[in-house]
Amino acid sequence: MTITETHAPNPAAGDADRPIGYGRIQRKEDPRFVRGKGHYVDDIVLPGMLHGAILRSPVAHARLVSIDTTRALAHPGVVAVITGKDLLGLKLAWAPTLSADVQAVLVTDKVRFQGQEVAFVIAEDRYAARDALELIDVDYDVLTPVIDARRALDPGAPVIRDEIEGRTDNHIFDWEAGNAAETDAVFATADVIVKQEIVYPRSHPAPMETCGAVADFEPIEGALTLYETSQAPHAHRTLFAIVSGIPEHKIRIVSPDIGGGFGNKVGIYPGYILAVVGSIVTGRPVKWVEDRSENLMSTSFARDYIMQGEIAATKDGKILAVRTNVLADHGAFNATAQPTKYPAGFFHIFTGSYDIQAAHCKVTGVYTNKAPGGVAYACSFRVTEAVLLIERLVDMLAHKLEVDPAELRLKNLIKPEQFPYKNKTGWEYDSGDYERALRLSMEIAGYDDLRREQKEKRARGELMGIGVSFFTETVGAGPRKHMDIVGLGMADGAELRIHPTGKAVVRISVQSQGQGHETTFAQIVAEEIGIPPEDIDVVHGDTDQTPFGLGTYGSRSTPVSGAAVALVARKVREKAKFIAAAMLETRPEDLEWEKGRWFVKGDPSVGKTIAEIAMGAHGTVALPEGIDGNLDAEVTYDPPNLTFPFGAYICVVDVDPGTGHVKVRRFIAVDDCGTRINPMIIEGQVHGGLTDGVGMALMQFIGFDEAGNNLGGSFMDYLIPTAMEVPNWETGFTVTPSPHHPIGAKGVGESATVGSPPAILNAVVDALSPLGVTHMDIPCTPARVWAAMQGRATPPI
Amino acid sequence: MQISMTVNGDEITRAVEPRVLLVHFIRDELRLTGTHWGCDTSNCGTCVVLMDGVPVKSCTVLAAMADGHAITTVEGLATGATLDPVQQGFMEEHGLQCGFCTPGMMLTARALLDRNPHPDDTEIREAISGQICRCTGYATIVRSVKWAADHPVVAEDAEEEVPA
Repeated sequence: MTITETHAPNPAAGDADRPIGYGRIQRKEDPRFVRGKGHYVDDIVLPGMLHGAILRSPVAHARLVSIDTTRALAHPGVVAVITGKDLLGLKLAWAPTLSADVQAVLVTDKVRFQGQEVAFVIAEDRYAARDALELIDVDYDVLTPVIDARRALDPGAPVIRDEIEGRTDNHIFDWEAGNAAETDAVFATADVIVKQEIVYPRSHPAPMETCGAVADFEPIEGALTLYETSQAPHAHRTLFAIVSGIPEHKIRIVSPDIGGGFGNKVGIYPGYILAVVGSIVTGRPVKWVEDRSENLMSTSFARDYIMQGEIAATKDGKILAVRTNVLADHGAFNATAQPTKYPAGFFHIFTGSYDIQAAHCKVTGVYTNKAPGGVAYACSFRVTEAVLLIERLVDMLAHKLEVDPAELRLKNLIKPEQFPYKNKTGWEYDSGDYERALRLSMEIAGYDDLRREQKEKRARGELMGIGVSFFTETVGAGPRKHMDIVGLGMADGAELRIHPTGKAVVRISVQSQGQGHETTFAQIVAEEIGIPPEDIDVVHGDTDQTPFGLGTYGSRSTPVSGAAVALVARKVREKAKFIAAAMLETRPEDLEWEKGRWFVKGDPSVGKTIAEIAMGAHGTVALPEGIDGNLDAEVTYDPPNLTFPFGAYICVVDVDPGTGHVKVRRFIAVDDCGTRINPMIIEGQVHGGLTDGVGMALMQFIGFDEAGNNLGGSFMDYLIPTAMEVPNWETGFTVTPSPHHPIGAKGVGESATVGSPPAILNAVVDALSPLGVTHMDIPCTPARVWAAMQGRATPPI
Repeated sequence: MQISMTVNGDEITRAVEPRVLLVHFIRDELRLTGTHWGCDTSNCGTCVVLMDGVPVKSCTVLAAMADGHAITTVEGLATGATLDPVQQGFMEEHGLQCGFCTPGMMLTARALLDRNPHPDDTEIREAISGQICRCTGYATIVRSVKWAADHPVVAEDAEEEVPA
């Protein structure tokens, strides 16, 4: 590990040596986890609880001819079997998606992907429920599936969504950003143009804990308590109210400890809805927890973008323009989760980190007979796809111009004085010092020495590759003037109460899936209020206990909720000033703040601590007019802009010339996420994302055969990096605070997942370049690398 | 069928269906929910427990196969208020995030340190290579195990230390 401090101590930087607040502290949530006392959804047992299991379609596209549940119902322990026909009667057979489409909860007319939900068995125990699945008799009339997105718009292609009146094709949307005419004009005069089809294959977030729910409907009050694996409990509450008709004040969503999310737990899945229906139907709590195959086959895939990319430059390496046409495979239902106005998410940040004159993208979304989902897996709303595109194109340009890829990037990076920087597709990047980050990563890597080593190895026929990527993220969605999800503005609330003895509880609207919110948010309050983090409890994940907000995804917790927490703490601090003034019998404007205490200007010995002020507020101090008797506050934060974390990554690989096996020997990651609250947690987030990058670049993908069979439906087929496939990460950082964020923090949860795949891919292509390889698509599995080495096209996936 | 085993030092006897998996027996019957379930195919290792001191994937062991054996779950790692050095190490070195793979990782680490008190990085990586963590990227787990190796005895109530 290398932690290289490159900045002068910055009061806002978070790594300053402070007695309170920011810095490396142990996590407050760890003591329960290391004792096995975490509390996950599947750990919940309620009195009288039943177990649900879903029968799933073995085929990808078929008319449903009949379902006979007689034998299943007769099985000992089975309480109920629910089919699509039952749901039609309840008007719950179809549920709205997060993208203005609908998704079948249970099949009523036609199966549209392998693994789709067909029937729901409810039984006394999990074994009986599973047994009964095999006793349901279903007759399918199998249809030709549409598997290859490239064929989805062919004339005569089977129409997947024929239940939608008037629909005659599989087209979902066309979406554009940038200026086509301007971009074409620049391309027309460019010295050099590089074109490449770049495929970001389908993958899956696959958190260790699969998705699940325990629904408890109480019929007398008409109240639903739903324990579920949710990254967005408040948004789920609103959506469940809309879907189910249960009034929102009668719904409580509890998202307890979550065993990883990575985007998998943003959406509302049929299983959750079925647990609720099951509880209503049976009058008893119903648990549903998917197994690993169900997780990989049905809940929220990621990526699946086929990108035609082009980059234009002058002959001396000034990048001029970039354009792309994208075919987006959205599966059988358009259930991608992103701000409503952005059907391709934030893909239009594909201009990357470079000062470019013109840019244009067009994205076409299509239906196929595959599982729905699309925006998931730590992608920052498709910034992953954008960064792979631009970083691969820049590398190919460097190759064509015969210049070093790091040098080409240094030449074209946006300069510090250009911030705030308006790119050509509508983003305003908040702050950055890109060259500093890239030079630091090169320094840690020993870049020049690596190139020398590579030269020597190449002379001996060894395949060593060095890959560079530079990424700019756009996270912390988002301003209500631009962004919403199904009509809900993307704000987050925070509520802070200082108890009379000076201990605090802060309630937040975002939900941790391992990011350490209970620690980080306590540190933010600690820094602002001046009481130690251990005196601050963070409450999250329960809609009855927390203010409304849109949840944790797209690296938005610190940028949005973190800002809310800082501001609510400042509001409390300001209120404390008035109370302190009353206690000290002076004027508020005569007081000065130091951490944890208001004191009289010029007389530091006369003051009141937060604890004293809290006791005074709740006690008998005569309060100024307009100040009520507590030390509490709440805010809802609407971010004025997104934040733009960035980083420079360098990967070193060795490719076995005999097998095509890729070994990641070194990986250097320099991240800039603005102000750093807890460096230990930040480093952990980066390490995890880098490992995802190795997975996506080398191993992980969800393939399908021609019949639509999912070929990645278990951990035997969908390969996840273990400790043996990843190196000891080498990390560094720079700090460029966000100018518009209350504490200057930018978010870091997805940076490494976004930034690392192109560094690894660029390294592999670099290793293979002596063999004439200029591009291959991920994942760089041994078979695919071997094919590339032989000059063959990478095999389809 | 009736089975008996020692779980975290306690003798237990229960009647179970022969097909019940050890992971379900531990979680549903004994209500020791620190042992998690993650994949069904022996790939992820979140269900690892120790059987007679050896890590096994309890999703691929029938409860009946544990008859007559000694099982240790994560709940059995600490001694009263005293954490196992492995538990302390995971907290010190940020060896966990979501906590789901953590019990299995710690039990494997404990078994490794029992047979090899001073493992190097490669030995640690090999030991945990049958288990998946999606959060940490493994480097901090390696550091956590090394921390435990370097601190074989942890002071009582060390876990109550106020975060510095």
